[in-house]
Amino acid sequence: MNVYDLPDKTGHFGPYGGVFVAETLISALDVLREQYEYYQNDAAFQKEFACELKHYVGRPSPIYHAKRWSEHLGGAQILLKREDLNHTGAHKINNTIGQALLARRMGKTRVIAETGAGQHGVASATVAARYGMQCVVYMGAEDVRRQATNVYRMKLLGAEVVPVESGSRTLKDALNEAMRDWVTHVEDTFYIIGTVAGPHPYPMMVRDFQTIIGKEAKIQMLEEYGRQPDALIACVGGGSNAIGLFYPYIDDDNVKMIGVEAAGKGLDTHQHAATLTTGRPGVLHGNRTYLIQDDNGQIIETHSISAGLDYPGVGPEHAWLKDIHRAEYVGITDDEALEAFHALCRFEGIMPALESSHALAYAAKYAPTLAKDKLLLVNLSGRGDKDMATVAQMSGITF
Amino acid sequence: MNRINQTFTALRANHRKALIPFITAGDPDPELTVDLMHCLVEAGSDIIELGVPFSDPMADGPTIQRSSERALKHHVTLYGVFEMVAQFRSKNAHTPVVLMGYANPVEAMGHTIFAKKAQEAGVDGVLTVDYPPEECEQWVDCLGQHNMDAIFLLSPTTKLERIQQVARLAKGYVYYVSLKGVTGALHLDLQNIKAMLEKLRQSVSIPIGVGFGIRDGATARAVAELADAVVIGSRIIEEIESTPRNNVLNKVKTLVQSFRTAINENAPHSNLK
Repeated sequence: MNVYDLPDKTGHFGPYGGVFVAETLISALDVLREQYEYYQNDAAFQKEFACELKHYVGRPSPIYHAKRWSEHLGGAQILLKREDLNHTGAHKINNTIGQALLARRMGKTRVIAETGAGQHGVASATVAARYGMQCVVYMGAEDVRRQATNVYRMKLLGAEVVPVESGSRTLKDALNEAMRDWVTHVEDTFYIIGTVAGPHPYPMMVRDFQTIIGKEAKIQMLEEYGRQPDALIACVGGGSNAIGLFYPYIDDDNVKMIGVEAAGKGLDTHQHAATLTTGRPGVLHGNRTYLIQDDNGQIIETHSISAGLDYPGVGPEHAWLKDIHRAEYVGITDDEALEAFHALCRFEGIMPALESSHALAYAAKYAPTLAKDKLLLVNLSGRGDKDMATVAQMSGITF
Repeated sequence: MNRINQTFTALRANHRKALIPFITAGDPDPELTVDLMHCLVEAGSDIIELGVPFSDPMADGPTIQRSSERALKHHVTLYGVFEMVAQFRSKNAHTPVVLMGYANPVEAMGHTIFAKKAQEAGVDGVLTVDYPPEECEQWVDCLGQHNMDAIFLLSPTTKLERIQQVARLAKGYVYYVSLKGVTGALHLDLQNIKAMLEKLRQSVSIPIGVGFGIRDGATARAVAELADAVVIGSRIIEEIESTPRNNVLNKVKTLVQSFRTAINENAPHSNLK
């Protein structure tokens, strides 16, 4: 049996990944890689990480059988990995704790982060408060306007939120700006990237911190169902919750892996963020991966109802899993995601994040095509409280 | 011998240092770029770095990013940039032109097509900001086959092993980034630059240009005493940005002339720290 052991020493997943940054960032990345390679195998570090996940985040997160919804759909059983029950309401905190612990060991006193909808920003501000570090969050000016509540949440946690006015004033521009801050303040600053993208070692490191999701799932499935699921389903923006669930299953050929991208207003429009489904390989934000770009190699603005999936790139490991056909990537539109959002509210009393609703929507399409004894494990990556304003607006309701 | 080598050989013979201005192709608009290039030469520039606009210029500061955005509003593409260089070449056969940009537009076109078209247009060197040496040996070969130099960045934090690696691949000149941070940042430490250039020269045999953070004549002069070339970027872009279009050529010419004069002056004592 082949044992999957990517990335290689230089951070490549096949042709993807790598370190595509200006010389000014190389030495900071070298130091980060060396430090992470050390602490990755350091028992005390791993013990502290596990302890924080248990007592601060509230792990392990349960697997919940969405029985009523499964019955209604009339096919496979839908199981939910409840990352929405984590402290701060999403999987993002798994990674920010890992990186903040590393930052502390590296003697950094200031952390910076980029954020789109604000979830990673909130998770970063949270851990900065927890460990007494200064925190600056870069956020596109457009997103600051759209996500006022999360901006306030970050400020309550003591973070400074810097609106980014350049480019399309969204997540990708916030990422550019955070990189600039890092290269200028590298002595005292640690850059907490929120997804499995960016230059090596970020895609590997963020994945490693998120694999707690899949590791727990493997144990829980055996304990509660006596077997592993037939398929894993997770939404993919940058892809951190998906890789966190998928990674421990990569060598289990019987478990299908399905990543769900944001098809926005439709794959035949230009208003979507389905990078793997419609994009082409290129170089952005420090790694080679699939990108949504025009014929001239300029990055195109994306669209999704869910800000967390609204990104023109995708983690390089997903690019590789797609190319080797180990994982399959599909698109779900805004409308389909919204329908699944409402369905889960009504059938299960669980309000999912709009990001996670994409994974749920695909499960709702897929389950009825399968027998009732099949098991689909969906990563419910976050809760939907943050999305109430968006959902209300889509339904024509003002408060 | 290509134009970059010829230029540095001639400069050395005259005990002069190179002045390398940077502008973004298509900023403020595509019609003005070729005139601006000629104007830079008239003002005493030795090599022109021409920025290829990119939607996500991660290593640049806000000034150069804005210039990229202005150019992209005019839908400037790589083919458009090649046309500008070819037009410039039709009247200027001797001033080297170096394209500076990011990997993705190049990859979208394809390495081989890019190299062929760039050579045909009269490009002499290419600096791809986000291709560090580990990721681009093939690319360097491709440029070499088309008689173009691969220009590389070195930074204050570059370790000896990498300096040697870059020294093996780099042609034309290397571009030493004189401070940590992005283009257009403010503070320079001349003592550090001096020490670092001495270290670089032990491995790098081709000329070394210094850029990032050079905003006035005095700094340019002080840097010229240490380096083989002085690169001026953001300061010129600021001039373009703040000047009405019909006066851009005049203002840029005056500014670049002032840098030229400062660099030529023999002033061993500088009041900069």
